[in-house]
Amino acid sequence: MHGRPRKPQKPEEAEASAVEAAKLQNLQSQLLANHHQKNYAKEALEVSANLLEMNPDLYTAWNYRKLAVEHYLKESSSDIVSIEAILNEELRVAESALRQNVKSYGAWYHRKYILSKGHSSTDHELRLLGKFQKLDARNFHAWNYRRFVAGLMNIPEDKELKYTTDMIDTNFSNYSAWHNRSALLAKLLNQKAEGYFPMEKVLNEEYELVHQAIFTDPDDQSGWFYHLWLLDQTVKANPPYLVSSWPPHSFNVALSRTRCLDNHTPSPFCSFYSDSGTIPLILYFDQPVQGVDSSSVIVKSTANLRDLIWKPLSKCNRDTSKAWISHLTFPQEELNSEFYSVEVSIGHSQKIASATGFHHVKPTQISFKVAVNFKETPSEDFGNERIRWKDENFTSCGISPHNFPFGSDNSTSEGDYAPSTSEWCVETINNEIALFRELLSETDCKIGKLTLARLLMAHAATSPHANEMIQLEEVLDLYQDLMKFDPSHFHFYKDEHSLVLLQKVTSTRESLLRHCYSYKEQTSPYIDSTACLRLNNLSISRIGCVEKILWVQLLDLSHNELGSIDGLESMQLLSCLSLSNNKIGSFTALEPLRLLKSLKVLDISYNEIGSHSIDTTRYLFSSPLSHSEEIDLSSDEMATNCTDLASYWEAYFLFKDISLMQLDIEGNTISSESFKAFLVKILPKLHWLDGKQVQ
Amino acid sequence: MGELATEKHVQYILSVEKKKDDFQSVVMEHLRMNGAYWGLTALDILGKLDTVDADEVVSWVMSCQHESGGFSGNVGHDPHILYTLSAVQVLALFDKLDVLDVDKVTNYVVGLQNEDGSFSGDIWGEVDSRFSYIAILCLSLLHQLDKINVEKAVNFVVSCKNMDGGFGCTPGGESHSGQIFCCVGALALTGSLHHVDKDLLGWWLCERQVKSGGLNGRPEKLPDVCYSWWVLSSLIMIDRVHWISKEKLIKFILDCQDTENGGISDRPDDAVDVYHTYFGIAGLSLLEYPSLKPIDPAYALPVDVVNRIRLGKRHAI
Repeated sequence: MHGRPRKPQKPEEAEASAVEAAKLQNLQSQLLANHHQKNYAKEALEVSANLLEMNPDLYTAWNYRKLAVEHYLKESSSDIVSIEAILNEELRVAESALRQNVKSYGAWYHRKYILSKGHSSTDHELRLLGKFQKLDARNFHAWNYRRFVAGLMNIPEDKELKYTTDMIDTNFSNYSAWHNRSALLAKLLNQKAEGYFPMEKVLNEEYELVHQAIFTDPDDQSGWFYHLWLLDQTVKANPPYLVSSWPPHSFNVALSRTRCLDNHTPSPFCSFYSDSGTIPLILYFDQPVQGVDSSSVIVKSTANLRDLIWKPLSKCNRDTSKAWISHLTFPQEELNSEFYSVEVSIGHSQKIASATGFHHVKPTQISFKVAVNFKETPSEDFGNERIRWKDENFTSCGISPHNFPFGSDNSTSEGDYAPSTSEWCVETINNEIALFRELLSETDCKIGKLTLARLLMAHAATSPHANEMIQLEEVLDLYQDLMKFDPSHFHFYKDEHSLVLLQKVTSTRESLLRHCYSYKEQTSPYIDSTACLRLNNLSISRIGCVEKILWVQLLDLSHNELGSIDGLESMQLLSCLSLSNNKIGSFTALEPLRLLKSLKVLDISYNEIGSHSIDTTRYLFSSPLSHSEEIDLSSDEMATNCTDLASYWEAYFLFKDISLMQLDIEGNTISSESFKAFLVKILPKLHWLDGKQVQ
Repeated sequence: MGELATEKHVQYILSVEKKKDDFQSVVMEHLRMNGAYWGLTALDILGKLDTVDADEVVSWVMSCQHESGGFSGNVGHDPHILYTLSAVQVLALFDKLDVLDVDKVTNYVVGLQNEDGSFSGDIWGEVDSRFSYIAILCLSLLHQLDKINVEKAVNFVVSCKNMDGGFGCTPGGESHSGQIFCCVGALALTGSLHHVDKDLLGWWLCERQVKSGGLNGRPEKLPDVCYSWWVLSSLIMIDRVHWISKEKLIKFILDCQDTENGGISDRPDDAVDVYHTYFGIAGLSLLEYPSLKPIDPAYALPVDVVNRIRLGKRHAI
């Protein structure tokens, strides 16, 4: 019941309503009786027509009429005139029902059903639609029906596109028309139809059209999403490229069970240690790609490496991902230390492609060295020492920007990760920036600020030589401004702000180095040589730019406002992570950790786990709820009982995939003694829980 | 703004059930199964499901089942997937799924899947992404999802995706919050939310909140309490619900209550009905309003009911 005022009925209204109700009741009973008796006599059909005029949503009555149509069509065999008469009568009933309720699913479908039989003229349909769409230009049933009729009549797409232009010219505030325009245009561009190629010219005209809408009334949302879609088409019209990798170009990897290869220990930022013979190899692209495999990525090495298996770094998506991982296993049997060089090249085949069908074409090469030394084998027993996340445990890493191998301004000749943006794309974004600055100089509006922020980010991404820092500062200011301007959507802007802030932090070696530390703990030689990054106390609510910090092994994200850690799954080297004092609302929000096989130390103390009745990541987490994981107790030799499992299933699914040695969980509502006992059962390698040694 | 008039709403829902002769009741007679689902789920969220005679409801629900396995909206009407889901949901509420001949219901739903993965609503062939969600949900509740071609079903839903990140009835159809709920729900239930552009759709959805705090279903439309469910549940499934102001929305829903006679309407001072009463209460539950049972955003049933079915003991061992 929509839009009917709440007021007590006057006696005369109540009386009239009772009469109508009785009449309707009577018709409905007759209809059901006729339906059950398969009575398709003229009078019986009349009852259903009258009924549908009163109550167009009565689906059984439509079904009854369809049965009647089938019945009569069978009888009339091939008599065209009587077939047409039967079908036209149905069109008439459907039309009068639509006049009664233009949103009736049953009436619209009945019309479709009859038209699909053929024999009826479709000319009338467009006229009828014209009338309905004039009365309500946003009726989505009418638009759906229009697409159906256009298909039936083979109306060319550009003609329908013209119709959306006319609708928009009449009144730009017609989201339905903008929507249909995007669907039609996408098809025409895709087909490279005549007049719609090259795409650049078409998109320029579309920008002009949507400017008129946005600039006429910036608060009307009709053009907002269309403009963002155009921007997306503009940016996506570029081939994917490799933004980063681990190991990065010209890096040294040391595979050793001890920390000292020679007599000196190089900084952990300049080399990587692994006590197994395996290192991960990670490729990170600017957009999700498919087709990464051993034929599209050639790995040459002086070591004898087996064919590599590539996997996307995402749990549910098996086809496309920004990040891809493989593992290199080096021979361990040699007695002497060995140096191997590894060369990874991509871009020789067209196989790696973005979702929009652009191929990775730029030849890119990464070379790095791996030193293998397993002759000293006193394996260090990591895990007995407790990692403390106190400030005094972190000291400046004492490395000069020049020697720091990470950071996006560190491109070397072969590993020069740079986009190959078209001139048109750069020019278009520049034009848009100028226009939206102009809009903002005239009127203070949120779509102006938001669009400008997005344009500046697109500019920074596509023009590597721009002064990124200045632009990022401006974007941060815009989001700060938006948080005040439009407080209802505060956290939307806050999340965007966080992403930009992280981009700023990671944009240069200098700024990144300010967050790099060495961990100091006398008793812990392992951690001593760990690459630490502290992004604590930044008030960030979201993670971004992980591609620039793939090398991090110890990450401190404490004292932020994180409710989600999406993106962390790419940080495959992470062994220690602090998320203490954030806004993590449930274990399901920690899904990305399930892919971090090296994680040993986790601090999630002082969050909101167990405090919320509604879990906002319930369906972003693999579980039986989404058919993406099954409970299989038979294969788990655990002493958990079912009551525990029913109450703590999220923790069970999360932790069964990670072999944690240290966990801090205090300061969460869920953290009871019985829960801790459950954790000890499902985490057999746990050594420290909330600072206490596990017995 | 006042508080939730729980007692009044319970009385209102119970009274709707008894009222059968006024015009609105007659108009809605054919979808009584939906009405039962709305009313009973609302009662359960309010903690008052025990005011209803479960056996009576269950036997009425079963009297609406047809030879085909499908359920109709009321006795004497035709079966349709819409009412089949409501019937299964009502039985789930009362923990009475065992009265069903699971294979029979499953066969009905499975038989409605088309070659392209989409689902028809009934034998007459209307296709709509709503029916995809309904089929997937219905089979999930019955532990029979493996009986359909899930991959094709997901592909069809994805083919309804639009430039704004939302979803329409069929490929090319305009995004609409109700439709988005169905499509996001279908993807959630099949572990396929990676097909959703969460930031883009999240922005579109959070911009449904208008000045009054209420949510509309499409750009430049009026707010309506029912979108407290459609928009909110979608925002929750993609973890973007913090992008709207919860306080303002709570106020809007409470402002739509009829505090005298119970029930909730689409907008303040409009006539109430059981549909908006359910969506208002369900919305408040999603907003973590005190002393309401939490509701599951994808199954559209109380969380304890869903957990009992999907994570419960009998399926764990």
